[in-house]
Amino acid sequence: MTEMQKLYLLVPLAPLFGAIVAGLFGKIVGRRGAHIVTILGVATAFVGSVFVFQDVQAGNTFNGTLYTWATSGGITFEVGFLIDSLTVMMMLVVTFVSLMVHLYTIGYMSEDPGYQRFFSYISLFTFSMLMLVMSNNFLQLFFGWEAVGLVSYLLIGFWYTRPTAIFANMKAFLVNRVGDFGFLLGIGLIAAFANTLNYAEVFAKAPALAAMTVPETGWPLITAICIGLFIGAMGKSAQVPLHVWLPDSMEGPTPISALIHAATMVTAGIFMVARMSPLFELSEAALSFVLVIGATTALFMGFLGIVQNDIKRVVAYSTLSQLGYMTVALGVSAYSAAVFHLMTHAFFKALLFLGAGSVIIGMHHDQDMRNMGGLWKYMPITWITSLLGSLALIGFPFLSGFYSKDSIIEAVQLSHIPGAGYAYFCVIAGVFVTAFYSFRMYFLVFHGEERFGKAVEHDAHGDHSAAHGDDEHGHDEHHHGLAPGQKPHESPWVVTVPLVLLAIPSVLIGFFTIEPMLFGDFFKGVIHFSDSHPVMAELGHEFHGAVGMAIHGMTTLPFILAMSGVAVAWLFYMKMPAIPAAIMKTFKPIHTLLENKYYFDKFNEIFFAGGARLLGRGLWKVGDQTLIDGMAVNGSAKLVGVIAQLTRLFQSGHIYQYAFSMIVGVFVLLTFWFNRA
Amino acid sequence: MTDTPFLSLAIWVPIVGGLLVLATGSDRNASLARFVAIAAALAGLAVSIPLYTMFDVATSAMQFTETHTWIPRFNINYALGVDGISVLFVLLNSFITVIVVVAGWEVIQEKVAQYMAAFLIMSGLINGIFSALDGVLFYVFFEASLIPLFIIIGVWGGANRVYAAIKFFLYTLAGSLLMLVALLYLFMESGGSFSILEWHKLKLGMWDQTWIFWFFLASFAVKVPMFPVHTWLPDAHVEAPTGGSIVLAAIALKLGAYGFLRFSLPIAPDASQALAPVIITLSLIAVIYIGFVALVQTDMKKLVAYSSISHMGFVTLGFFIFNPIGIEGALVQMISHGFVSGAMFASIGVLYDRMHSRQIADYGGVVNVMPKFAAFFMLFAMANSGLPATSGFVGEFMVVLGAVKYNFWVGFAAATTLIVGAAYTLWMYKRVVFGAVTNHHVSELTDINGREFAFLSVLAICVLAMGIYPFPVTEVMHASVTDLLKHVAVSKL
Repeated sequence: MTEMQKLYLLVPLAPLFGAIVAGLFGKIVGRRGAHIVTILGVATAFVGSVFVFQDVQAGNTFNGTLYTWATSGGITFEVGFLIDSLTVMMMLVVTFVSLMVHLYTIGYMSEDPGYQRFFSYISLFTFSMLMLVMSNNFLQLFFGWEAVGLVSYLLIGFWYTRPTAIFANMKAFLVNRVGDFGFLLGIGLIAAFANTLNYAEVFAKAPALAAMTVPETGWPLITAICIGLFIGAMGKSAQVPLHVWLPDSMEGPTPISALIHAATMVTAGIFMVARMSPLFELSEAALSFVLVIGATTALFMGFLGIVQNDIKRVVAYSTLSQLGYMTVALGVSAYSAAVFHLMTHAFFKALLFLGAGSVIIGMHHDQDMRNMGGLWKYMPITWITSLLGSLALIGFPFLSGFYSKDSIIEAVQLSHIPGAGYAYFCVIAGVFVTAFYSFRMYFLVFHGEERFGKAVEHDAHGDHSAAHGDDEHGHDEHHHGLAPGQKPHESPWVVTVPLVLLAIPSVLIGFFTIEPMLFGDFFKGVIHFSDSHPVMAELGHEFHGAVGMAIHGMTTLPFILAMSGVAVAWLFYMKMPAIPAAIMKTFKPIHTLLENKYYFDKFNEIFFAGGARLLGRGLWKVGDQTLIDGMAVNGSAKLVGVIAQLTRLFQSGHIYQYAFSMIVGVFVLLTFWFNRA
Repeated sequence: MTDTPFLSLAIWVPIVGGLLVLATGSDRNASLARFVAIAAALAGLAVSIPLYTMFDVATSAMQFTETHTWIPRFNINYALGVDGISVLFVLLNSFITVIVVVAGWEVIQEKVAQYMAAFLIMSGLINGIFSALDGVLFYVFFEASLIPLFIIIGVWGGANRVYAAIKFFLYTLAGSLLMLVALLYLFMESGGSFSILEWHKLKLGMWDQTWIFWFFLASFAVKVPMFPVHTWLPDAHVEAPTGGSIVLAAIALKLGAYGFLRFSLPIAPDASQALAPVIITLSLIAVIYIGFVALVQTDMKKLVAYSSISHMGFVTLGFFIFNPIGIEGALVQMISHGFVSGAMFASIGVLYDRMHSRQIADYGGVVNVMPKFAAFFMLFAMANSGLPATSGFVGEFMVVLGAVKYNFWVGFAAATTLIVGAAYTLWMYKRVVFGAVTNHHVSELTDINGREFAFLSVLAICVLAMGIYPFPVTEVMHASVTDLLKHVAVSKL
């Protein structure tokens, strides 16, 4: 094993070590010990990733096996690493955001009795996510895939006495399992027809796979594989209609909403499709499917962000919408733009979530924006960093989100695959929606009238609890709110320092990295696009430097839409608050539809959850109890009984009956005997 | 190779140990009985370990063979041997016996010696089943092993134990008698041999193969249990004491599945091929139908029992798709199911010992008072839902891969377990463990003690180790599975 290989190994194992120490020996090491060991682990992973990055920049990539997991039927199942530019970019993002979130957690969770457990989980998550992105084969990908799902499950249900939390975590796991179902079938088809699970070997066989069909269905094999894999991505990256778990995942503590449900885990699906670009490029049908799903998510989940009052839920729906943008980029073969947006989004969305968390601390765990307002005066660092994050999110020129989102929009415009027209409409309309809900939140939280500390208190989760039919919150301490007369206060430095450190890349990283990542050689040989989908190449012709792009961007439609979104938000929520109320009244049906999140949850609950229980009860009562046990088993027991009853008649114990039968018998036999001749 | 008769030791050490335990007499000597029992169980495990460490993975031939004449007049021999298919089950059985003895340590207060003896004797008999190479010897072990389990359920079971015990006994006995007919027919056809390996080579017509296949199926399907002859299992589990449930799930269910590989497939290969669609259909029904039935159970033990049936559906599915990844996946699933279902029943036992209830509705918020237990139970629940890095994943994954290769729709149907399996397991976990404490019985619970911690950790290590590194397990199987598939591919007609 070379020095570099040892380093590759160190990167995931350091957080794992931290997780084990904090998790199994939390009592012994104590609260301080737990955060020191996990933060050291993740910091080691980050520093290691930086070294790996430099090594990859120098042109050294790696694709090798760590150990053989199992062998069977000619397939070698392995655990191994593939280190290239895509991997190392993900490693940097994951470890950096994770490190910020670890620091932040010291402040955010300081009063929680489950402190060590929390650190153990987030370090375990970091390990799992690193194994996912560093994998060189589908088996390990699936391992990481499910492992991050497990940690997400554990963290959403972190406050395990809250009924909503333990409902949300089960829902998240099961919805993800629906995605994994497709994912597993995709992997199964690859194993069956390529006879290997190693990426490089599968890619080498991709042209041959493209010529095959699935024998039982007649489907083109490559399309079946890609759609199967993408269904997995739909679960993990929360695309319609498997998005339903993500808003509910906000039941977990805010640091993990930032790390798992915004910056890293939910982007696993995007990463995976980008990694599989050599396969997806071969199936136009799969790409169109990806495109339409992504576009729908981008626009329609954005609408839902407008009607939310819980600060975390606004950010959650914004995440859904942005994941839709990334998916759209995948669909038009702009993989590098998707990954680029993944990276910029990781920074500004983590920033927005941690900012929201800081507001929540300041508000003493009240999450309802209707109780906020004017916070800029009391929480200056949170205010400025949140503003920067919001500007990045809406794609303000020169900020990171501008470069990534604008590239996606232009790529969609250049694409000609089926569905591109619809997608273009969705992403362009989405720009306005994004700007509107982002600045609605910004104005409601940081500006305007100070509404906190009033006697009237809305229940932050009111709408949500009603949807589930449970009204009580076990964990009351998380829903205090400020007492009358009490003022919010800026959060401690462990909270604000990560905000500042995340604000820096949110502003700058797009400017500095767009050229190498989108139009340079950074992803050369890693991300493929075929000659029939040349959007990135065409985009490259129009690109004349980051400055030029930003200046040009100020004259285009997306910029105008974004600015009008901000203006409308300002008008509605600062200037004339009567307008939104009036609109709400006029368009009552639409508002109800949005309030109920298009009735996805109700449908799933009645049709799938209720249907499954009904089916189970039916099969049990009718199949097992009535048919099998009632008729077949006890029926045959009864039949034996009946036969016994009948035969018993012949054994009555009365001598005269036996004697009579003997006489009859003898008579019959004699008759035969004499008539034989 | 060695001259030490390890297989005979694996059979007779526990049986003699069991008789010694019986000799300790009444409950006045209960603690002596316990110590003799654990010593015997550990000795049984110790003599089984060389079977793995000295196993030659390169050959498909029988290893550690022993042959002694038993009843010369009928050419019946005391013939033992293991190959890559059976050797792991001897180990699993010896291991589970140790767990069972520890799990029943203080829990069983009445007729301690008899309880421990029953498990030890059964352990020896089951090792006999997995290593017998003579038809009659197999049959004797196969039937004899019923008796201890019957007694365990009937004596130490719950309120409705007699009904459950008799249902269990009649069900399995009925199947066995048909198997006996098939064994005797094979004896005559082969010109007077009870050697199972001879039977593998025996030419048989399609008609003969077909009815022999059905007769074996009658016996094995009940043991597995396959749909629709599965209804004895939930009843037996509900009434059995914890130890009985562990052995039943971890070991006894494997006997039927093992029978398919040792008898049905090699003796009647053409019939097996022809009737595979029937078995595959029944297996998929087990996976899906039983999964939904498990979802609505209100009794934890019944839920896990139904989940066992569903998981065993994967085993029979894997066998009858006739590709190496399917069969090896099915074998891995059998071993893993031994750990996972054993652990699930052990965990439920931990709760039952404290609350004397198996009803999910009686629990809620257990994590607040039993955090250590909740962590173990979480691991086992995840393994039961087939999470990667636990043993539960390996077999399911391999069988699904094999099934997709065989037929996309078969794979599709099998993969639904990913959703349904997680649904019933996690829903139960949520209602039992998560939430606020619901009643004062739960609030009075105490977390696991040292003994419980010990056996749950051992099981946890097995579940994780096999999930992270199954190579040592799959490696043992290759030669024998390849040989079996080669054999099945050649027509006997």
